[in-house]
Amino acid sequence: MSESDPLSEFRTDVRTWLNENFPPSLKNKSLGIEGGAEGLGPDLEVWRERLARRGWGAPTWPKEYGGAGLGPHEARVIGDEMGRVGAFNPIPMLAGMGVTMVGPTVLEYGTEDQKRRHLPGIASGAVRWCLGLSEPNAGSDLASLTTKAEDKGDHFVINGQKTWTSGADISHWCGALARTDPKLAKHDGISFVLLPMDQPGVRTRPIKLIAGASPFCETYFDNAIAEKGNLLGKLNDGWNVVKRLLQHERQSQTGGRGPGGERPAKLEDLAKQYVGTNDDGTLADADLRTRLVSHLMDARAHNLTISRITAEAKGKVSVSAAASILKNSATHVAQTRSELTLELMGAQGLAWEGNEFTRQELTTVREWLFGKAMSIYGGSFEVQNNIISKNILGLPETTQKG
Amino acid sequence: MAALNEEQSLLKDQASAWVREQSPVVKFREMRDSGVEQAFAPTIWPTMVEMGWTGILVPEQYGGSDLGYLTFGIVLEELGRQLVASPLFASALVGASGLLLGGSDPQKKQYLPAIVDGSEILTLAVDEGPRHAPARTALQAKKTGGGYALSGAKAFVPEGMAATTFVVSARTSGAAGETAGITLFLVPAKAKGLSRRRLNTFDSRGYANLELANVEVEASAVLGTIDNGFALLDGILDRARAGLSAEMLGTAAQAFDMTLSYLKTRVQFGKVIGSFQALGHRAAMLFTSMELARSCAEGALQALDAKADNAAELCSLSKSKVGDFLHEMSNQLIQIHGGIGMTDEFDAGFYLKRARALEALYGNQAFHRDRYARLLGF
Repeated sequence: MSESDPLSEFRTDVRTWLNENFPPSLKNKSLGIEGGAEGLGPDLEVWRERLARRGWGAPTWPKEYGGAGLGPHEARVIGDEMGRVGAFNPIPMLAGMGVTMVGPTVLEYGTEDQKRRHLPGIASGAVRWCLGLSEPNAGSDLASLTTKAEDKGDHFVINGQKTWTSGADISHWCGALARTDPKLAKHDGISFVLLPMDQPGVRTRPIKLIAGASPFCETYFDNAIAEKGNLLGKLNDGWNVVKRLLQHERQSQTGGRGPGGERPAKLEDLAKQYVGTNDDGTLADADLRTRLVSHLMDARAHNLTISRITAEAKGKVSVSAAASILKNSATHVAQTRSELTLELMGAQGLAWEGNEFTRQELTTVREWLFGKAMSIYGGSFEVQNNIISKNILGLPETTQKG
Repeated sequence: MAALNEEQSLLKDQASAWVREQSPVVKFREMRDSGVEQAFAPTIWPTMVEMGWTGILVPEQYGGSDLGYLTFGIVLEELGRQLVASPLFASALVGASGLLLGGSDPQKKQYLPAIVDGSEILTLAVDEGPRHAPARTALQAKKTGGGYALSGAKAFVPEGMAATTFVVSARTSGAAGETAGITLFLVPAKAKGLSRRRLNTFDSRGYANLELANVEVEASAVLGTIDNGFALLDGILDRARAGLSAEMLGTAAQAFDMTLSYLKTRVQFGKVIGSFQALGHRAAMLFTSMELARSCAEGALQALDAKADNAAELCSLSKSKVGDFLHEMSNQLIQIHGGIGMTDEFDAGFYLKRARALEALYGNQAFHRDRYARLLGF
């Protein structure tokens, strides 16, 4: 907590480097919810380039693959120091699903050739990745997918439809699950392939959501081609590869903050501003005050749990079984925060568009709506509870398999 | 579980083995059925003293081991698992904290070694009504020639029948409800004019109501400073709340383990009931709450050890979040066990009853939510 900092020297180096390299024009800015770079200007590219050269886009990855070879504590220091000066790391957003999910899985399952070929582009934010996992009839029951990959000697030919492929319309590469042996059982006979999006056999269509425009797409594979050299993991072992990938996904969804990139204002201050206070300084709406304090306690408990689990793992980056707990807890905290923010804003919280509403009001509404997806994607709230009851608590199989 | 050092791991193993082998919940049942007035088994106290638990907070110069609050919490969690009844918490955590925070050198010399060797049992006498309200202290302390005369009453004092010395909050100026004007006193249980009466409560533990009728103490009995005792009292209470949370976590964790084991063995409709998704999900959600509650409990104890500025916030967080989990878990313990959970022969009822008593002590969840909001400025 307040003991002396063994990383103080490293921290000083990070500070100095940020002072010299972070473009002031980007201070307190961030990429939009959908990764949009509107209004950030040419400095964004300068900043990305500098970070990439330093290996800080994915600081814990090995240097030979574009990372900086740092430990999780150092990586945290970089994050803390960036936060302190209002800087942000655009690379994980620019790489789409690359830094958080594809990269860690390639590190684990990829051949040396695949690592050298794909990881540096992700770590520099130059290559954006999407994931072709869910299908219209394979959501929570992902293993029932029907997209096929046929073996044509040196390549696979892929046919089928994917949905919820986040950023597919702007991605360069896709990691996709496809059935390579229809005769095997549901969870067997699936393989994980990597394929370029810029080819005649791939078509995408954006999906509009309740929050308006969204990063999600439907993706159609119509005789799309994936080279044999881009099979990740063994043939027909794609289910094990994707299970690991989804653990990385849960791990990346444990932060407890909404999908937006901005540092949120203190909710209690916002509440006082909109709702007012009694003479003794307590919030004027007693019912809201109780629910607000419960929420703030939940958020604190969540953050303490992340710290505790990190400390228990003694700094190892482990994709622990706790990921399901943290994902559900993070979702609960973020969704409740949105609901409370909307409620305390009163009628101003109805904001959709226009000058009558503040930017904060408009953002709150979009985040509230978009945030409903948090308990659905990456394994729904219910699927996480299945995982907890079966894998952590050892309770018998329920009605579902998988 | 927090990353423990070697000393803490050893102590945890020692406490866990002792509780399971020497003091399982059946011992609590025997104690309840015996109706013993002090409300703990007479052999327990010397054993705890011998194991060194009474000295966990006490500096080595006074005969203790000075291992801190997280370490004390580790022991309390194990005791909470089997509902071990003893004055360890009241005396060696709450009482010792009072002396460590507010005691003069002579007071430390007089009381700390006696807490460690078990010859003194201290407890805090703070509340005067049915709800926790430390600022509502009305018990009067009037200046006399050589000291003070205390008059008034204290209610629901934990281990009130076994205590040899009370840490009493009293009003030296101002009115009930004000934080200024409160002073703490060390009052021997055998002082003239002090009488106590046992309360028969559903958790079968030892609470007493105290009457103080012109109880005379010397000026040296003042703990801390005159009129400014509230901050000291708040500090003692926060340590008590963090310790209670650890005990509560143990009680709830045991209730969870009992329930999980029942889910895996009880067969209905031809299947173990844990294979039903409604119950599997309930277990998953309880487990999630337990993990979050544990982080709060350990966070508060660690903040106290680190003397962190935000320790008060974390103590209220801990008492409230662990309290919420214990509340729900104790209800689910009964619900998931069904009819057997309702019988006195089964232990579930003990956990339910103890849960509510622990939740209420030194501020229930509502008290601590309100306090947390005030500490955050709203």
